[in-house]
Amino acid sequence: MSVSGNLREPALAKRHRIGQLFEWLCCGSTWFGMVVLSVLLLSIGWKAMAWPTPDADAVDRAAVAKTDARANAALSPRPLSSRFLTSYDSRVPQKAGIKAALWGSLWLLVFVAMTTVPVGVGAAVYLEEYSNEGRWKRIIQVNLSNLAGVPSIVYGILGLTVFVRMFGLFGHDGKVLDLNLGFALLSLPLPFERSVISGALTLSLLVLPTVIVAAQEALRAVPSSIRTASYALGATQWQTIRHQVLPAAMPGIMTGVILSLSRAMGETAPLIMIGALTYLAKCPGKIDSLSAVWQHPTGLLEAPFDVFTSLPIQIFNWVSRAQPEYDHLAAAGIMVLLVVLMLMNTAAILIRNRFQRRTQW
Amino acid sequence: MESCSTNVTNSECCVSVAQTSASILMKRSNSLARRFSWTRAREQVIRLTLFLCGALSLLTTAGIIVVLFNEAIYSFAGTAFFQTVSITDFLFDTVWAPQHPDKPRFGILPLLCGTFVIAGLGGVIGLPIGLASAIYLSEYAKPKMRRIVKPVLEILAGIPTVVYGYFALVFVTPYLLRPIFQTWLGFNVDIFNALSAGIVVGVMIIPTVCSLSEDALRAVPRGLREAGYALGSTKYDVSLKVVVPAALSGILASFLLAMARAIGETMAVTIAAGQQPRLTLNPFRGMETMTAYIVNISLGDTEAGSMEYKSLYAVALSLFVITLSMNVLAQWVLKRFREVYE
Repeated sequence: MSVSGNLREPALAKRHRIGQLFEWLCCGSTWFGMVVLSVLLLSIGWKAMAWPTPDADAVDRAAVAKTDARANAALSPRPLSSRFLTSYDSRVPQKAGIKAALWGSLWLLVFVAMTTVPVGVGAAVYLEEYSNEGRWKRIIQVNLSNLAGVPSIVYGILGLTVFVRMFGLFGHDGKVLDLNLGFALLSLPLPFERSVISGALTLSLLVLPTVIVAAQEALRAVPSSIRTASYALGATQWQTIRHQVLPAAMPGIMTGVILSLSRAMGETAPLIMIGALTYLAKCPGKIDSLSAVWQHPTGLLEAPFDVFTSLPIQIFNWVSRAQPEYDHLAAAGIMVLLVVLMLMNTAAILIRNRFQRRTQW
Repeated sequence: MESCSTNVTNSECCVSVAQTSASILMKRSNSLARRFSWTRAREQVIRLTLFLCGALSLLTTAGIIVVLFNEAIYSFAGTAFFQTVSITDFLFDTVWAPQHPDKPRFGILPLLCGTFVIAGLGGVIGLPIGLASAIYLSEYAKPKMRRIVKPVLEILAGIPTVVYGYFALVFVTPYLLRPIFQTWLGFNVDIFNALSAGIVVGVMIIPTVCSLSEDALRAVPRGLREAGYALGSTKYDVSLKVVVPAALSGILASFLLAMARAIGETMAVTIAAGQQPRLTLNPFRGMETMTAYIVNISLGDTEAGSMEYKSLYAVALSLFVITLSMNVLAQWVLKRFREVYE
């Protein structure tokens, strides 16, 4: 700027002024995102921290209603407390919690990971290592980029038709297939109805394109000298991939997978489509703690085919209720969801940074 | 002569030996190729399995198309939506009232209007801000600044849309829109309104626009910028008149992808814009988008096979066609108008 000050040419000075203005404009736009993010976090945090009415009122009302006043007084005056994490949704806002939603989200996460990781990585390996720029690769690649742009609600409709109803092939009431696994009886309902497995499969289809693209990038970053060296030692293609390429690409793949899983965690619309939005006071398979797994391990087999709710669904449920108390519950739920997502993202970043520094080609 | 002939026979002999050994080798390699080995069989099985994993994405696309086609256009069992409602009624009727007990009407215009008003508002906010921040990050910002801003944008992109919807309904409308437009300027602002939804959709697409445009801007070779400076351009001239035009295909593609995302956006608009299908351009009224309609129908107990249920697929088909054509257009723009350097 000092240059323009020294120059006596007004046109040039004007150009520099415009340039400066433009820079400020761009800088302001960049900070806009930061400002919105902090306003969003602060306002939701503020909503999550306190009830609108003084808590004493609620306690008084509870006393009048002859409920256990002492128990109510012991309730925390803020929605975001440990009780919030360990109690089910309730008609009384002060008692409502997100236990069912947490367990539902956990089940979803496990099943989405179990399906997307092998299939996504497998597809990426095929595209990067086996298909030699052939026609199949081109078709699949174009298809992937189109799939990534399909709105999530359309995946919801796909899930509703294919997994929840199975095209109505099994009649109005459906069938139950009893499989004897030797150690336990697995009752497999057909169609899957509004179960964890329907939701997880739908979400898997939704995030698969992202997982595949991320895994492809990780595989592409592995230098070809590693492969040639392995071939030179007499390894077959699969041995090369299994023992050299995949381990080298694993950090990148893990990062992509975790980021995709965190996207699946926050996804609401497809789950509403397949009908996960219900008032629910139980966890899938009645497993509500680790000790419950020991007490009735068959719950693990029942859980995938049980009804469920998830964190974003529970939040949406509270947002769509009219009473102002539920706004605070929703805010508290959002805080929990954001913390979970933040932890997953941090894990992804840590993995990326740790292995980037260690591997040097 | 003698020596010569022996030489010849020697060499012939050598050649013949070489030929036989080569033929033996060939035979051996042939037999190797044909011989069954478990290792090779395993390789083939693995290859096939991996191919099937890749083909699953094709199956997903096929699944989407078949499902939408089967319920909306031509049903293989029962009647599809467009076998009952004519396509002209669907496209040009101005009332969307599928729940009407006597005379349900299926004109998609109100839903299209809601979708495009909200996506348009989002675009007006998100596209310029996203592009400006991309220019800043690629042309002006120091590396330290980039290290701060990039993660923030990633976080913004990672926030679930239901959170944005909550933010619009509980904060943007009562604390931003109502004070400004209702108390101060005297408009009537509904609790559910298109503007608050548009604002959060705009915020939501900023990361998409910014990261894709920034990639395009950074791909412009340094030489072009230096040539601009050599001709006496200021940084402003170089950024806006050299770099941006050079990266135009990437920027346009990022705009198209972002708008496709805004059109397909579901939870934020469902929460913030309400459930009233209205044919209006007034951003202070509640509107219903295509996505919001789908969500609202699936919230209720709609029986499979009813007209309402089928209308779900018709609306989803329209949505799919719109977003898919925008994605294809974006890829075409990238390919067709790409400036190739070096």
